[in-house]
Amino acid sequence: MAVELDVFVGNTTIMDEEVYQLWLDGYTVNDAVKVRMEGGVLDEIEASADVLLSDTMDQYRTFQMCERLLHSPTKLANQLLFQIPPHRQAMLIERYYTFDDAFVREVLGKKLSKGTKKDLDDISAKTGVTLKSCRRQFDNFKRVFKVVEELKGPLVENIRQHFLLSDKLARDYAAIVFFANNRFETGKKKLQYLNFQDFAFCAGQLINNWTVGAVDNLVEDMDVDLDKEFLQELKELKVLITDKDLLDQHKSLVCTALRGKTKAFNEMEANFKNLSRGLVNIATKLTNTKDVRDFFIDLVEKFIEPCRSDRWTAADVKLYLTHYTNSAHILDTFKHQVVWDRYMGVIKSCIFKMYHD
Amino acid sequence: MPGKLKAKIVAGRHLPVMDRASDLTDAFVEVKFGNTTFKTDVCPKSLNPQWNSEWFKFEVDDEDLQDEPLQVTVLDHDTYSANDAIGKVYIDIDPLLCSEAASIISGWFPIYDTIHGIRGEINVLVKVELFNDLNRFRQSSCGVKFFCTTSIPRGYRATMVHGFVEELVVNEDPEYQWIDRIRTPRASNEARQRLISLMSGELQRKIGLKVLEMGGNAVVGYLQCFDLEGESGLVVRAIGTACTLEKITSGSAPMCCPLPNTAPASNACNSPSKDGKEPVFGEDLPLSSGPPTPFRSLPTSSSSPPPFSPSKLCSRQSSSSDTDLSLTPKTEDPQSLRCRPGIFLCPRSPILSTDTLSLPGSGPGGCGHGSAPRATTSPLPFFTRSDSALLRKSVSFTENLLLAASGMGSGGSAGKEAGPLKTLLRQQTQTALEQREFPFFTLTSFPPGFLVHVGGVVSARSVKLLDRIHNPDEPETRDAWWEEIRQEIKSHAKALGCHAVVGYSENTSICEEVCILSASGTAAILNPRYMREGCLDFGSTDHRFEEPSPPTCGFCHIPYDELNMPFPAQLAYCYQCRRQKVPDVLFTTIDLPPEAAVTGKGCLIQARLCRLKKKAQGEVNATAISNLLPFMEYELHTQLMNKLKLRSMNALFGLHIQISVGENMLLGLASATGVYLMALPAPGGIQIAGKTPGDLNNEQHISTIQKRINDTIAKNKELYQINPPELTEEGVGSPIPEPRQRSRLFRSHSESSDELSELDLSHGKKDAFVLEIDDTDAVEDIHSLLTDASPPSGFHSCNTETMPGIYNWTTAIQMFTSVRVLRLNNTNLTNQGLNKIFTDLCENLLKSFYFKLRSMIPCCLCQLNFTVAVPEEELVQVSVTAVAMTFDKDQNQEKPLEKSITKGGSETEEQLQFPLELCADSSSTSSQPFSRISVSSLEHCSPLTDVRSRSLRSSRSFGGSSVTTVKMTPLSFLPGTRIIKYLGIINMFFIRETTSLREEGGVSGFLHSFIAEVFAMVRAHVAALGGNAVVSYSMKDCVLMENPNKNQAQCLINVSGDAVMCVRETDQEQMTSMTSTGQTCSSTDGAT
Repeated sequence: MAVELDVFVGNTTIMDEEVYQLWLDGYTVNDAVKVRMEGGVLDEIEASADVLLSDTMDQYRTFQMCERLLHSPTKLANQLLFQIPPHRQAMLIERYYTFDDAFVREVLGKKLSKGTKKDLDDISAKTGVTLKSCRRQFDNFKRVFKVVEELKGPLVENIRQHFLLSDKLARDYAAIVFFANNRFETGKKKLQYLNFQDFAFCAGQLINNWTVGAVDNLVEDMDVDLDKEFLQELKELKVLITDKDLLDQHKSLVCTALRGKTKAFNEMEANFKNLSRGLVNIATKLTNTKDVRDFFIDLVEKFIEPCRSDRWTAADVKLYLTHYTNSAHILDTFKHQVVWDRYMGVIKSCIFKMYHD
Repeated sequence: MPGKLKAKIVAGRHLPVMDRASDLTDAFVEVKFGNTTFKTDVCPKSLNPQWNSEWFKFEVDDEDLQDEPLQVTVLDHDTYSANDAIGKVYIDIDPLLCSEAASIISGWFPIYDTIHGIRGEINVLVKVELFNDLNRFRQSSCGVKFFCTTSIPRGYRATMVHGFVEELVVNEDPEYQWIDRIRTPRASNEARQRLISLMSGELQRKIGLKVLEMGGNAVVGYLQCFDLEGESGLVVRAIGTACTLEKITSGSAPMCCPLPNTAPASNACNSPSKDGKEPVFGEDLPLSSGPPTPFRSLPTSSSSPPPFSPSKLCSRQSSSSDTDLSLTPKTEDPQSLRCRPGIFLCPRSPILSTDTLSLPGSGPGGCGHGSAPRATTSPLPFFTRSDSALLRKSVSFTENLLLAASGMGSGGSAGKEAGPLKTLLRQQTQTALEQREFPFFTLTSFPPGFLVHVGGVVSARSVKLLDRIHNPDEPETRDAWWEEIRQEIKSHAKALGCHAVVGYSENTSICEEVCILSASGTAAILNPRYMREGCLDFGSTDHRFEEPSPPTCGFCHIPYDELNMPFPAQLAYCYQCRRQKVPDVLFTTIDLPPEAAVTGKGCLIQARLCRLKKKAQGEVNATAISNLLPFMEYELHTQLMNKLKLRSMNALFGLHIQISVGENMLLGLASATGVYLMALPAPGGIQIAGKTPGDLNNEQHISTIQKRINDTIAKNKELYQINPPELTEEGVGSPIPEPRQRSRLFRSHSESSDELSELDLSHGKKDAFVLEIDDTDAVEDIHSLLTDASPPSGFHSCNTETMPGIYNWTTAIQMFTSVRVLRLNNTNLTNQGLNKIFTDLCENLLKSFYFKLRSMIPCCLCQLNFTVAVPEEELVQVSVTAVAMTFDKDQNQEKPLEKSITKGGSETEEQLQFPLELCADSSSTSSQPFSRISVSSLEHCSPLTDVRSRSLRSSRSFGGSSVTTVKMTPLSFLPGTRIIKYLGIINMFFIRETTSLREEGGVSGFLHSFIAEVFAMVRAHVAALGGNAVVSYSMKDCVLMENPNKNQAQCLINVSGDAVMCVRETDQEQMTSMTSTGQTCSSTDGAT
């Protein structure tokens, strides 16, 4: 005696959020049943394991049928096959596109290609996220990337419109797309201490300030590429370190402002030239794609690590960078104030975010 | 006469990719009606084509309009090879032919392909312009309204109930034609779908004609079924109840007043010239007060046109069972017609008393005659066998253990000595009703006062051997079969002293060449007044009859003569009025009458049974089956009775017994809703008795079982809150003076009567129900009796319209369909083993439902409709359709004074998993994306408001409009809402086939998506008609054939229901504006 067929179809599609999560997490039907049993769902209502299995199977089938629609969420709203109340549609989409921070940290900045997909087994083993779930998340990244790649207009807005995601999630996806597009290196050991949210914040800064769309909202252009013109202009900042006078003047201005305000003053004074060279060099090299990729590692190596070894507090860093940025405005011979501000604004907030005490 | 059908193809969306190279599709559309086809332009390289075609116009006969569906085919243009079909949409335009239903069909329809399922959607507009047809010889019946609902539809009043209508058409099944060997499965499926669509259109038209002839304007309780007889053909048959309905215009007084109507009616009674009709109930009331229908000037004169069998009929491959469409009773003589007034001999109808004056003459005589037929049937056997002329044995069975009392009820004056009068009355009403061929009613719910007495369940079954229908134009064989069964039902009813059968239904079970035909109903005595000029007001808000309404217990009183009972039974005085006799238990196929006094809640009671049989062919097989049937009926009945007693209840409603035949077994499933009727005596307990009283071990065993049973009964009493008022035995009246052991004998289901009477003495009093443990069978029985789990707390279940004892429904509903198939691998199973498996299957299904719907607690599963089938030798299939409805727990003890359903607070709804969104901006017509309305509606429902609404303003997402929410329910109403318009009947038949079963997720995945697709198509059609709900929804057939080895499966599903537009009860003010704009359903505001 065996159950040959067992289906249950509701006019309003029945979906249990808990089972949905288990499905998204890549549990097999049997594992999901185990988890649910341990969760005590059977105690709510007198039921047996068979009932749970049958229910889980039904729901898994429903989700599989829905998956096609979730790939283009706008279809979910006007498809006729499943009658799902709008707020539940939103839940389905949001959860489907939600990813694990541990997973995304692994693929952030990598090319979303078949090659990376092959490495998913390793990532799965490393992060403890099931392979099935890894695939879904990876495919989501890829799908979003593919759709917005060719679109004009603001990146976040595009993602939100095409995938009906919440603002927060859309921003995260924008970061992922941006990182993948520019292939920022995030996997080096030195960067391991940074979590996805740190990078997402930095990506937001870069998108808002350094891309073409950042300068002029009316220009409908891609948000995913950095403003080439701007990168070219960054070369001009070199004077700050090549011109000896300028460098000294800058140092004295900063030191005057900082004196007595922090315990780390001596270290700041001693390291000023090094740090300034580091930051300006990063700026001038950004025209090279290779150096763009190393942007974050450079920030860590050239600025964050020296500061950390000198035991600066986050407040110290903030104080230092604020005065470092502002003092440049007082320099008479320094003519590149606009570029400087655009550059330092992003650097400042990125470093704040990346500087963990 | 002609009508003009206009169709416009607007756009498509979500089309599948047909050209792999470009990942796009070059789609165009063919629109076909009858033999005319139009094409749109090709919309190149788009998955969301905008055709925006001209209006395609078809000039056609209204007869064709009724029969034919509009066929919309979406194709992919291919320059070099043949165009590929993407899929089809069949649109039934019948709803447009009735002025009161929909005025336009407009909306997105799923494009359906029998191999691939739904492949995108298409937006279509359809309109019909009809020219009034005054031709009385016409073959069309446009304007007759059809309802699946088995009660008078809400918002209507029946000015007259004309009675039973039936029709049957047969054809060759395209799947068995020679051509099927060379055509593709797709072509074959489509041929079948189209044929069935045509046949049901034709069937409906013919039923409509019959209704018009009877002078009615509507069919209520319309039940259409398909019999896939395989080689021997395809039968589509339908039954229903013809009525004259009148729309209740809100606020205004009822337009039809009784008096003016009686005048023509009484005239009619005296004029034999009117006898062209078959009316008893149906004098032709001119539809003067009725709502304007396109054809209201139909010929009301009884000189009906001569039978008409036009060439049209022959041109189709199918034809009706009786080509003679006129209803002229062929055998009736004017003499019998004169007796008609007999029906009006009702002591409580002074208005009509003039008519009855002619009666006394025939009365006393009739009395004698009346007993005569009964005498022949009174020693009623458990089942009657008769070898039908055709050979096959026909078996029938009367639920003769179920009784009801007689008397005119309330009359009061009648009292005990009402005997002769009763007989007289019965006699006369009987004669009146007997003139009708079949005094049957498919209705299951009646306004108070309509149902006078209920006799009990009557059923008949017959086993037939199918042979090829040689000439489709002469389907007389099938017709004769049903005729035979109906006659039997009628005679059973008569034996119960009843003149009518209510809650009547018919069904079949086919396996290879053997076919079991079944019919069942409830024998009853009806109040003829209601069939005459009365009004079947629903909701019974106005009692326009001055006489005191009959007591609520009236329907329980026995209709037959207690001294001359058709079968032995134990009677008692009614526990409510204490004047009339009532039986100790009452089984019926109808819904619980709204006025009935009930204590506690009801519950679903099922009896399940499997019987193995030897594989055989032809007549041997048919004989074997018919020999088994009575035993199955008997056992099912015993089970029901035991389970009823175990729950401490005394009546069953909505009883439905299905017997399904397979190659090597028979399955029986009886479902009903048990209740405790206040009018009936308290059920006695169940006594266990051993075969060998001396055996000590045994006795101990027995006493443990006895204890368990007693405990269960006590527990159930508490569970179902059955607390009947304590009655002193004496007050109720002494037991009926009748031979005691006679009743005992029949009531205990034992083979040995001696033992029984012995037991009887030992258990002395009242109605102890005795179960004997004499073999393993009985032990099994008791086990199964005790293993039936009651629903978990917070859940209730029933198979009737509503749950007795629950009145305060909230608005959340969830309709569902569930199918389970078991494969019995074990070849040497015993009957007991099979019973256990089958019982577990049903029980587990119920448990599954409770689990899945746990978020709706407190909730009740209503109209639980189980269907069993044996699709293959080793397979058992159970399909269930039901609706879960939430209710307000706090007040569930008291029955609100008003009969209207209390609507749930909005906060309750918030918590529910499936809030009812009546909201439905049907922006379906607008092909524009993102209408403002949809955004706002989303804002109301979605927690992620800002996000969603903004995102919908996307430039790329097309048609951001959300889809109309369409509720579906097998009930005739939606709690908390008011039906403001019936838009027409939904009757759809789909076939789905796959040759990649594994890839579609196995047979479960295949059926799951198919059922979801069927729901989607039903919803789309309803939305296109401007509706937002389907009531009285049912899935009549779900035939699944699989061949996993070949990776193939095929499934056929037939569904039906009434498309309606409804509004929340709070929004009634909007109603007027609503009705005027046919397209808009309840507005967005309505939902929030």
